[in-house]
Amino acid sequence: MTPHRPPFTATSSRRRARPRHQQAPRLHLLGLVLVTMTLSALFAACGGGGPSSQSLVLYSGQHVQTTQSLVAAFEKSTGIHVSVRFNDESVFANEIVEEASHPKADLFYTENSPALEYLQERGLLAPVSASTLANVPAKYDSPEGDWVGVSARVSLLIYNPHVIPASDLPASVLQLASKRYRGLLALAPGETDFQPIVTAVARAYGTGRALDWLKGLKANAAGHIYPDNETITAQVNRGAAGLGVINQYYWYRLGAEVGAGSIRSKLAFFAPHDPGYVVDISGAAVLKSSKHKAAAEAFLAFLVSKQAQEIIAHSESFEYPIAHGVQPSAHEVPFGQLQPYPITIAQLGDGSLALSLLQKANLL
Amino acid sequence: MLASAAVALVLVTPLVFLVIEAFHAGFSDVVSLIGRSLTAQLLWNTVRLTVVVSALCTVLGVGTAWLTERTDLPGRRVWAVLLVVPLAIPDFVVSFGWASLNQQFSGFKGAALVMTLAVYPLVYLPVASSLRNADPALEEVARSLGVGRVRTWWRVTVGQARVAILGGCLLVALVILAEYGAFEIMAYQTFTTEIFTEFQAFRVPTACALSLVLVAIGLVVLAGEAAGGGRGRLSRSDRMAQRLTPRHSLGKWKLPALAATALVVALALGVPVGSATYWWVAGAKGVIQGGMSVAGAAWHTAAYSASAALLATVMALPVAVLAVRSKNRARFVVERATYVVLAMPGLVIALSLVYFSENYAGGIWYQSAPMLVGAYTIMFFPLALVSVRASVAQAPPSLEEVGRSLGKRKLEVFWRVTRPLVTPGLAAAFSLVFLSAVTELTATLVLIPTGAQTLATQFWQYQQNLAYGQAAPFALLMIGLAAVPSYVLGRYLDRMPARASLS
Repeated sequence: MTPHRPPFTATSSRRRARPRHQQAPRLHLLGLVLVTMTLSALFAACGGGGPSSQSLVLYSGQHVQTTQSLVAAFEKSTGIHVSVRFNDESVFANEIVEEASHPKADLFYTENSPALEYLQERGLLAPVSASTLANVPAKYDSPEGDWVGVSARVSLLIYNPHVIPASDLPASVLQLASKRYRGLLALAPGETDFQPIVTAVARAYGTGRALDWLKGLKANAAGHIYPDNETITAQVNRGAAGLGVINQYYWYRLGAEVGAGSIRSKLAFFAPHDPGYVVDISGAAVLKSSKHKAAAEAFLAFLVSKQAQEIIAHSESFEYPIAHGVQPSAHEVPFGQLQPYPITIAQLGDGSLALSLLQKANLL
Repeated sequence: MLASAAVALVLVTPLVFLVIEAFHAGFSDVVSLIGRSLTAQLLWNTVRLTVVVSALCTVLGVGTAWLTERTDLPGRRVWAVLLVVPLAIPDFVVSFGWASLNQQFSGFKGAALVMTLAVYPLVYLPVASSLRNADPALEEVARSLGVGRVRTWWRVTVGQARVAILGGCLLVALVILAEYGAFEIMAYQTFTTEIFTEFQAFRVPTACALSLVLVAIGLVVLAGEAAGGGRGRLSRSDRMAQRLTPRHSLGKWKLPALAATALVVALALGVPVGSATYWWVAGAKGVIQGGMSVAGAAWHTAAYSASAALLATVMALPVAVLAVRSKNRARFVVERATYVVLAMPGLVIALSLVYFSENYAGGIWYQSAPMLVGAYTIMFFPLALVSVRASVAQAPPSLEEVGRSLGKRKLEVFWRVTRPLVTPGLAAAFSLVFLSAVTELTATLVLIPTGAQTLATQFWQYQQNLAYGQAAPFALLMIGLAAVPSYVLGRYLDRMPARASLS
């Protein structure tokens, strides 16, 4: 054992033949590759260049289908580049508040109104021009004029006729808490589309009754509590559960994904003006902190233009266009013929009442 | 000491954010939220899942590690790779795979099954590297003293790997505390699902207050591990030489052992890969136009994850050396404290980085690659630490003392004596962090540079929109990408003892 060379290392046999500084060539090579990768990743991030004056950043909680086709059409017609980030819209809302001192986003586009209402309450949205707002029925816009409604969906029942006959379906969402539906009901309490229904029930029957109703739903849906509407749709379709409340477009999308031949479920409306029969509004806003307000405002105007609304009407997203004079795709019940529960955007608010009730019912 | 203090400082920044934010929450709000009856249920859900999954992971992890490292199991190189890969399958893919197989897989049973199959590699990896490095002489001595095979296995083989087993279980427990995606799909409520509800309600302060409860539970787990860990000597003794560890012949047990290993791989890897492949073949292709190319997403994923893995491994080394070698209580506490971040949900860590960047750094680096890599490094640092620590614990300090006594400087002793001894641990650390970062989603969505995509974010976008046919290739590629470091590391480590034995 020579004093200068510990004999126990893994590489000792090699070191006899090599100069000392090359003792672990493999590791050096690996390290070099990794350092190169790191540096190039960092340079790629920094070298991307800041957004130019003709470039907007859009935070989108909307579905990718809808957003991407709209952005592509906007870029083509105006030449303004739009970078899109996708995430959960509630995370975006929290993020926009956190980053308020050094804002990144120019635009915020959501699936539902509560996230926009929350930012509006905090004074983080810029007012929308009157001409843009005028393209959409006023009841679908921000009550304060800080965001514009873009598209809509409607809540209804999905059921599997092999599990539960149409004659057994409830006329009101309230009846879903009845023991008749124990073991048949599928429920997604965490789904953002479910909260407006809770708000509507609380408004129609009071918070006490709404809470009892939620507890009934919880008991009926034991074993069929799902994370989202997509899962309710898929599970009811395959007969794992009998019925559930969803927004209509999930059913059409499932059809587009798996093919009409695999659809074994059907849709049914609640009775007109039932609190389970709710229209959800997707909207968009310019952030007050945006440094490209004119371009961002042009994007909002585009969203409610005839061209964009036609894209919404005929895309794979199956949402209802809401601008004046644009018809949805033929196979859906026309938007104008819907008879939803009369609840305003302001009454839906930021959704915190619904979430509190869901928490009290131990559903969240 | 200075280095490890600096590392610890970086790692506790999310904790500082939690405390600051939680102060904004009304005290009564927090109390009523924690005081409601569901809290007891959430605690019970969290505790029983942690206990059951840790136990199952120990059985799976130790069993498979022993088979691949210490026996003549046929095809053990291949198994060694396949057994690690499940860690790189996103929890939402695993859950989705099982949930679409059978409705029975939900609630507690489903959550326990999915979590066990997703995280047992956290026990397997450190235990395998520890068994690989263990001193074979101890087993021989035990046998020569007339101790039976089974008793030797239990007291010496498993005993030597005790630090690694406990470390692995610690990681499993902490990861379960922070898990969200799988429990959402399995409809199993824990503290973390509750925190996400608070975020959804735009109540960041209460979400942060609840996260502090999670941190407290994490501290209890850490204290438990420290109490059970003991501080016995685990290093090699036989003339301090690493030599080829003889493999046990399985004999007639070869077939059952092979079947058991195959079953673990089939459940952990086969089910999710099978369901992803099914969707790839059966699902529609062109529902969503645009999006990033698979190659671009794979490149970003690999670059971010490898950078974070390298950084975390380098940072873990001084902390591990000090934690193992120092008798100083304060240093021990510093090392333990860094584990707490593992119990924090990724979204909390991401938002804390946003907070500090916005308030103290003028918003720089927010939504840039360095911050994303930094977030991964913080989130998965404990995974690196546990692997490095297990190796350091096995490296005899007397060797370094010899080096010092021969007049070498500290750094040179470290590079020439300590580093080669802990290389298997460094390799395990790198691969653990890499595999975990590949599938990270919630922090990535917040911090990724605008316009870039990782495999996980692209998968999420398609999956969110029911475009399973388009989502599936990204899931399969994530699994493939994770197999690369597992394979390379397996080969690298395989050669080491053989090479050493020649000298």
